[in-house]
Amino acid sequence: MRFAVTRACGGGGGRARTGALYIGGSTTAPIETPSLLISTRKGLPTFVSRDHLAALPTPDSLLLHVSPLHFLDCPSSKTISNIGGLHQMLGLHEHFFVAAPRDSLESLPESEGTNKLGASFETPCGRRLIKPSAYVEKIASLKPNLWASMADEVPAWVSEKRNKTSVDRTLRWLDECLALDPAGGKTMLGLVVGGSNIEERKHCAIEVATRNVSGFWIGGFGLGENVEERSVLLNAVTDNLPEEKVRFISGLSLPEEVLQGVASGIDLFDSTYIYHLTLGGFALIFPFKILDHNNLDFQLDDTVGDRTKINLRATIYRKDISPIVANCSCFTCQNHTRAYINHLLNVHEMLAHILLEIHNTHHYLGFFRAMREAIKGGKFDLFRQRFVESRRIHLTSAVLCS
Amino acid sequence: MALKFEVLGKFNRARAARLALPHFVCQTPLFMPVGTQGTIKGLTNNQLEEIGCQIILGNTYHLALRPGAELIDDLGGLHKFMNWKRALLTDSGGFQMVSLLHLADITEQGVTFQSPVDAKPMLLTPEESIQIQNKIGADIIMALDDVVKTTITGPRIEEAMYRTLRWIDRCIVAHKRPDEQNLFGIVQGGLDPVLRDICVRGLVDRNLPGYAIGGLSGGEDKDSFWRVVAQCTAALPEDKPRYVMGVGYPLDLVVCSALGADMYDCVYPTRTARFGTALIPEGLLKLKNQAMANDERPIDPTCLCMVCRNYTRAYLHCIVTKDPMGSQLVSYHNLSYMMRLSKDLHTSIVEGRFPEFVQGFLRVQFPKGDIPEWVCNAMEVAGIDVSTCCAP
Repeated sequence: MRFAVTRACGGGGGRARTGALYIGGSTTAPIETPSLLISTRKGLPTFVSRDHLAALPTPDSLLLHVSPLHFLDCPSSKTISNIGGLHQMLGLHEHFFVAAPRDSLESLPESEGTNKLGASFETPCGRRLIKPSAYVEKIASLKPNLWASMADEVPAWVSEKRNKTSVDRTLRWLDECLALDPAGGKTMLGLVVGGSNIEERKHCAIEVATRNVSGFWIGGFGLGENVEERSVLLNAVTDNLPEEKVRFISGLSLPEEVLQGVASGIDLFDSTYIYHLTLGGFALIFPFKILDHNNLDFQLDDTVGDRTKINLRATIYRKDISPIVANCSCFTCQNHTRAYINHLLNVHEMLAHILLEIHNTHHYLGFFRAMREAIKGGKFDLFRQRFVESRRIHLTSAVLCS
Repeated sequence: MALKFEVLGKFNRARAARLALPHFVCQTPLFMPVGTQGTIKGLTNNQLEEIGCQIILGNTYHLALRPGAELIDDLGGLHKFMNWKRALLTDSGGFQMVSLLHLADITEQGVTFQSPVDAKPMLLTPEESIQIQNKIGADIIMALDDVVKTTITGPRIEEAMYRTLRWIDRCIVAHKRPDEQNLFGIVQGGLDPVLRDICVRGLVDRNLPGYAIGGLSGGEDKDSFWRVVAQCTAALPEDKPRYVMGVGYPLDLVVCSALGADMYDCVYPTRTARFGTALIPEGLLKLKNQAMANDERPIDPTCLCMVCRNYTRAYLHCIVTKDPMGSQLVSYHNLSYMMRLSKDLHTSIVEGRFPEFVQGFLRVQFPKGDIPEWVCNAMEVAGIDVSTCCAP
């Protein structure tokens, strides 16, 4: 694995950067960052099968997040190894898997059960405790391209003492994972925690940076910290990590949260945004080219709502034969109408979610691409400001109308 | 008439044909997956095309409720609404009415029932059913028939058969698009050969584009089932398609094809997929079974579908009935299996090796030679020698 920063937004306190992540062989095109990890359930997207996954934009859509905890019960590690690991087992030979235990949906860090022996998670099969040795064994059978060490991720409201313990444990488990790793850390991402304590965040980052890992996974966010303190905490971490190594994060899902993470120098995001949108019947519609307009006058239909997304369950779409987004090149928009998806949602058909997950993934990947363009053009701050304002415009216009 | 039916090959009663419909040219024998609410559960159109689906069935009852016949019509018909480029068939709505609604009542006028939306009394007449199906716009539409379960006995069956004949005339009159949509009549009459014969002759007199054999696959014993199919296929015209409604199991498809039927529909392959059961040449594979947990083979090593080329039983065991992807993948495979079976039936007849195909099929399904008696009896009538497949 190789990572290189391609553009850093220097000056004005800008930490945003673009990068290139080379995971496959040297002939594979790099994944440009900032980018998105596609969420999976037992290795596959929730609704998008491998043939539709292949039709999403590449190489952006090649990066998948996988949680080894999804495979605790089956198949057995032996069977997974016999089959040949994740790529073989899932029929996704061109894709890249980044393994981390927490997936913010089905493997939720549960800090009260975590003890010195292992990390506790709430899963659909109840509370599970995973020890570093068992974790590394699962990783060895799954053979992901990259994998994160184990962490004790705690919510923002724990005591200082508990927070300090989480940092000590996380560092200890990192060293244990490193010791058990036959590749000696070449495909490992060191987990950085520290909760809502700036000093602990700094301390943990500095410590992890000294280990022989290839990149970092920043944990503990999206667990109750408030938005204002988040930037301060993120900066405390990224300022103490080497520039030239890649940084992943989980727990920042919404576009605003992603923008916040990018502003602090994060490269890759494990987000549950698409999943929640899809289940709720929402489709993303916001335009990317927000830097081309002088005003915030988007070429959108006159929908109610926040102009980022439409709720296709709404009756106004019953006879709307336009695609979700005009000129969107995803399978859903090329083949189906808002009216059809509205019907599918009303009759609780699975196809609705398949079509929505395809479109939402396509669209969100487009958002990341637009972010990268903005960074390359030195306009990231403006991009961020415009986007955040556009999301709130429906509130101001509603006030004006009332 | 909006279809052309051309027999390309025969073996005794079995036939392989080319069925040209307004939206697609099909090969029979064929299996039609059921897309109840305007979608096959969990599969996209391009996947259905890849699998080889030629005709999909839509349920008039469900579609008339949601999204509604008017809406479908306003938006250009069901093909356009779903963006399905091949053929569609809609049933009359009668069966759902009777099977789903406890308070349905059948009179000469039509089927009265309580609307599931607001409990108001509603009436589905033959005219209304055809009108709705005209709006939906499928290539083949079904007459409203008076369906009776085969497990019922007595005068009700005779009443239903005669009413079906009276209703077909009302359907024909009500049908406004005979140049674009083919109205199929449905043969009723329970398990009574006399009644069935009267019904067949009555429908044939009306010179319809195609005929269905209805009222079966509702719990009757297999011996009665095949005899009714055999009787009807013998009496229905050679040059028109014959559709056995509600079939079904792969074995039933093979038997009915041997007896001279052409088209089939059933929810079974997709429904059983969602419960984790895969269709294989040997019969059924229950993926939830613990024995599958470490089985590194694909569902069917002889299957070339996307699922069998990429996934193991062990992995599928983990996801079936638990994750939506499990439903999708097993449905994909099961429909691939049914399409492959359809194609094999067609090709083996055309290439003059139909008996060999049937024998091979039976040998794999019944390796111990324990072929059910009803199958042996049916094959005798079909003129196919299966003695080599039976245990001594």
